[in-house]
Amino acid sequence: MTADAAAWEALRLSIWVSVWATVLAVPLALWVAWLLARGRFRGKAMLSALVHLPLVLPPVVTGYLLLMAFGRTAPLGRSLDAVGVTLAFHWTGAVLAALIMGFPLMVRAMRLAIEAVDPKLEEAAATLGAPRWSVFGRVTLPLIAPGILAGLVMGFAKAMGEFGATITFVANIPGQTQTLPSAIWTALQIPGGEGQAITMVLMASAVAIGAVLLSEVLARRVAARIAGT
Amino acid sequence: MTLKVDISHEFDGFSLKVAFEVGAGITALFGRSGAGKTTVINAVAGLLRPDNGTISLGDQTFFNSATRRFMPPAQRRLGYVFQDARLFPHLSVTENLTFGIRYAPRGVAGPDLDDVVHLLGLQPLLDRAPAKLSGGEKQRVALGRALLSRPQMLLMDEPLASLDGPRKLEILPYLERLRDGPLGLPILYVSHAVDEITRLADQIVLLRQGQVQQTGPLFDVMADPAVLPVLGVREAGAVLQAQVVSHAADGLTRLRISAGDLHLPGVQAPVGTTIRLRVLAQDVMLSRTHPAGLSALNILPVTVTGIHPGEGPGAAIALQAGSDRLIARITARAVTEMALTEGAECYAILKATSVAPESIGR
Repeated sequence: MTADAAAWEALRLSIWVSVWATVLAVPLALWVAWLLARGRFRGKAMLSALVHLPLVLPPVVTGYLLLMAFGRTAPLGRSLDAVGVTLAFHWTGAVLAALIMGFPLMVRAMRLAIEAVDPKLEEAAATLGAPRWSVFGRVTLPLIAPGILAGLVMGFAKAMGEFGATITFVANIPGQTQTLPSAIWTALQIPGGEGQAITMVLMASAVAIGAVLLSEVLARRVAARIAGT
Repeated sequence: MTLKVDISHEFDGFSLKVAFEVGAGITALFGRSGAGKTTVINAVAGLLRPDNGTISLGDQTFFNSATRRFMPPAQRRLGYVFQDARLFPHLSVTENLTFGIRYAPRGVAGPDLDDVVHLLGLQPLLDRAPAKLSGGEKQRVALGRALLSRPQMLLMDEPLASLDGPRKLEILPYLERLRDGPLGLPILYVSHAVDEITRLADQIVLLRQGQVQQTGPLFDVMADPAVLPVLGVREAGAVLQAQVVSHAADGLTRLRISAGDLHLPGVQAPVGTTIRLRVLAQDVMLSRTHPAGLSALNILPVTVTGIHPGEGPGAAIALQAGSDRLIARITARAVTEMALTEGAECYAILKATSVAPESIGR
């Protein structure tokens, strides 16, 4: 494999992993954000702390904890293996690592958006006969769309950049688990690899800037629709 | 269909205990701020769960603390018009209006979009966004939205309180149309503004510090001197129905009430219609003899039916004028000096009369 092909392969894998991590995280993040914003239950502080843990733990520690939980010999990993799901040293594990690392950022953005929705509007929808799910779908969801979008971009960007937990959990296998950050790091370990590293740095930057610009455009459209202009 | 409310609720050191019934027409839930009006209407709507009691509409039990029955607001089918309109900001006026249509049970009679647009004059607003509406327009849309959910009853929580004078006058005729129109929805109308209530209400439930002080037909309650402390000295006064007899060239209108004729300025209603007059207690003077040489035009023979001394130097006098009732507020000293007793015949001089600015049509 040429150096450039390896770079493109790492980019492809990173996008693939990040898209999966983002798509899988959104529903769960939305639910958790909802619980944290509106829920009244015991253990809310615990849930909040748990969600934010990956933000404060060293990523390597998170990766190692994942390995201990989902490694082939670990109980959880063994049972998953039995039903055909492999995580450790596999691209699916990279998805899990990216998902967990980006999760707190997603939850945070969505939670702020939900807290900004006036519950009085939801009450009004209920008095008009709308069942709970309809209230969420027709009032809350459109109003928090910008927040979801922001969370999505944050999660995706974090997933694209995730390194420590990923390399600890799924290692650095070219074409299988070597994401763009891992590939950049690898290139930098090889004498004369700077050229290849710079190519990938440009790729990573382009994707990140593109994602932010796209989200900005979308957020403006959504905000304009909500403000009714 | 009768709404029956009998609830008690405690919160933040405030205790509410009310029982009343709401039938056809407009029932005003009246009281000063902090009397518990919004708590009561929210309990009816299901937005608040009271500690104890029952709430029912016809044969549907909305709430019963004994059987732990609590019907969620979405199933109660009550149209709620909030003080702050609460239009959905991300939807157009049309989308706001039609929001609740799909949740109404199939086959339920009620207005369609065209009816509501026509009734409330919404045609020019339909494509606009809520952010581009004035306060009065927002309230009209909120009212239309509530009507289109095909409710069994309308709840209105100070729908005019956030509007200034001219905007209020813009909405009031629509509310009157609603009351007198073919929809015939019962309305529970929360307000602390006596002028709105005297113009709109058929029944009144007077709340004071979380208790029902008095309830009954508007004319009876407003003519009861006992309500004077609740309404305040400046607001208390009887409400009369008068028929427009003729408009004179000098701008005065001759109005017929049971005890005689009154001449008042500023009446726009056409001849033959019935309007409501509000005669403030502080605007009524009493005289034992028929006064002569007085600038006042409106003098009615009355009989004293009750004397209610107040806490201060004032006294509220209940009067019978033909088949109508009036309240006069005079000083206790005057009561003694004039030797007023129950059954005494005297003359009421109406110094000024505040008249609802438009015909009420009933």
